[in-house]
Amino acid sequence: MKIAITAQNPSPESAVDPRFGRAPWLMIYDPNEESWQAIDNSKGLNAAHGAGIQAAQKVADQQAETLITGAIGPKAYRSLTTAGIRIYHGAKGSVSEALQAYRDGALREASADDATGGV
Amino acid sequence: MKELVIISGKGGTGKTSVTAAFAALAENAVVADCDVDAADLHLVLEPQVLSRHDFSGGSDATVRPEKCTGCGTCMRLCRFDAVIMKQGIARIDTIACEGCGVCSHFCPEQAIDFSPAVNGQWFLSATCHGPMVHARLGIAQENSGKLVSLIRNQAKQLAKEENRDLILIDGSPGIGCPVIASMTGADQVLAITEPTMSGRHDLERVADLAEHFGTPLAVCINKWDLNPSISKLIENDARQRNLPVLGHIRYDRTVTEAQIRRRTIVEQTDAGAAADVKNLWQAVCGLLSIPQYNQQDAVPKS
Amino acid sequence: MNRRIAIASGKGGTGKTTIAANLAYLLARLGRQVLYVDCDVEAPNGHIFLHPQIRERRAATTSVPFIDDEHCNHCGQCASFCQYHALLCLPKQVISFPELCHACGGCSHICPQQAISEVPREIGTIELGSAGGIDFASGLLNIGEAMSPPLIRALKNSLAPVETIIVDAPPGTSCPVIESIRDCDYIVLVTEPTPFGLNDLKLAVEMVRALGRPFGIVINRAGFDDRPLFDYCQKEQLSILAQLPDDRRVAEAYSRGELACAVLADFKQRFSALLATMETTLKHPSAAALAGRST
Repeated sequence: MKIAITAQNPSPESAVDPRFGRAPWLMIYDPNEESWQAIDNSKGLNAAHGAGIQAAQKVADQQAETLITGAIGPKAYRSLTTAGIRIYHGAKGSVSEALQAYRDGALREASADDATGGV
Repeated sequence: MKELVIISGKGGTGKTSVTAAFAALAENAVVADCDVDAADLHLVLEPQVLSRHDFSGGSDATVRPEKCTGCGTCMRLCRFDAVIMKQGIARIDTIACEGCGVCSHFCPEQAIDFSPAVNGQWFLSATCHGPMVHARLGIAQENSGKLVSLIRNQAKQLAKEENRDLILIDGSPGIGCPVIASMTGADQVLAITEPTMSGRHDLERVADLAEHFGTPLAVCINKWDLNPSISKLIENDARQRNLPVLGHIRYDRTVTEAQIRRRTIVEQTDAGAAADVKNLWQAVCGLLSIPQYNQQDAVPKS
Repeated sequence: MNRRIAIASGKGGTGKTTIAANLAYLLARLGRQVLYVDCDVEAPNGHIFLHPQIRERRAATTSVPFIDDEHCNHCGQCASFCQYHALLCLPKQVISFPELCHACGGCSHICPQQAISEVPREIGTIELGSAGGIDFASGLLNIGEAMSPPLIRALKNSLAPVETIIVDAPPGTSCPVIESIRDCDYIVLVTEPTPFGLNDLKLAVEMVRALGRPFGIVINRAGFDDRPLFDYCQKEQLSILAQLPDDRRVAEAYSRGELACAVLADFKQRFSALLATMETTLKHPSAAALAGRST
């Protein structure tokens, strides 16, 4: 049931990074342990095509089942949904605020039609 | 914050001249030159480079001649005709090399190095019309799409940091990867076309591309008076596809004169094509709902 | 003796197709064997001027990986090998992103389970036909395809050997142009006397020098602000093959899709002179270079 959230810095208090592929960090929350792990996604910063795919690989490798981010592009969308990972987008504020918003049901799940934002 | 991309389909229709004029007319914009293959915008906007950065789009393979036994494995495996055998030693043609890594991985002697290459440079600059992000791709380099995406991202970041309303993107001709990379996710695409059969044909291709990616497209006919009947045909084509024709710019030698004097057309004069460009700009601002502040004429450069 | 002549330029819209189509037309009128190939597969325009009858239309394909799920054990080697992020290894399957694939064959070679084969994927169409006495070949990239070089390669591989092949290249100096011109015997760089034209010519000259191909310059729409361009050509000792003056009649004929040679007698003469210069250059590269310098 792990949850991945895109972050600008490696901390739950960090601001959410609205971009999936190019977010410098992925914060992974384990609800069983109630613990956080920071995953370095800096390779994605320099990639352009395939940034989302690389990030998706990391999310899958961490066995996260949910992703929370700002915007996501079509390749990342396809990658994550194929892996069975649910995507919630439009997240704002800090990573922990975004987690709370998700738990409150305040975030929208992404569909194929709105997965166009990942420049 | 809105992103406007100016493309042409067919080359030489005047998209860079229009982008430059828009940069002069816009009050609060970041300019991004995404025509990385043959960048010209800097010739008119005269950016002062504040920082330069290397761009690496991929890796290059190089043979270490002393380790090469001439077995020819690399040559057999290379799909891009990038391996040349000279006097029994393999050499990689860096222009043909697509950076796939196959030769390096399968060389039995581990004689081929495979490391990130610097394919170009990108720059953050200042112009008298605001900040500019631009780049120079190395000769015969691939990955213009990657560099374009990088420029767009940098421009977006800059716009956020400086609270800019608008990102003006000068795109490339054609419909391939650099154009796709400059268009996808933009708020509005403006295609500059010309009243010729070629221009008409290429506009159709561009319209298909915009439709494919779901990006809103508007049209402007440049040098329209060179062939009013084909201009009319293009307008009909646009209407049939529900594409707004935002303006017509007349043929005017002053545009080239302005270019020679390193000015945008709206800084060179008020009349003729300059007036048409201003009308086009008003229409674009309306479509994008961007504020125009006090719409004054652009101040001529001294 | 067969030869391939490329018509290229750094800047778009300088007149490549005009020159390529008109030269092909003239050669055919002289009874010579000529093939015109439109390598601007993103936005081809040659057909507008040559009106070819297409006798064959075929799909052009590139290769993409196909993963046999039965043999795949999700080791992830293919995904980490791929330089283009075209493969993603997930716990239960490997998925591919065909639009990112460069068809290098690496994944299929590297798979320890031999679970990857290469299958064709359509990227565009190739058209072959003729236009009067001119053999005609053209490619059209499918909308949404990012990469044109594989289509350009396929197009060039489908050409029959002919005395003269005129390659109408795409604009610019990056990979689609390189693919179009790299195997040509001579490259004509078309430019215009404007600051943008000169800037892009410099890039194009760097490109052809990097390719090590002999080349010459045609100045199109000459007569406006030619001095900086002449100075550059002189400084670089470039061979100027012809100067075609800026002429509204040519622009109007072009806009209607007409060949200047067919409708304007004086331009037919100019193009004939260009052709003659090119023939001389192809036979005696150094002599023509001298002639160019003295212009």
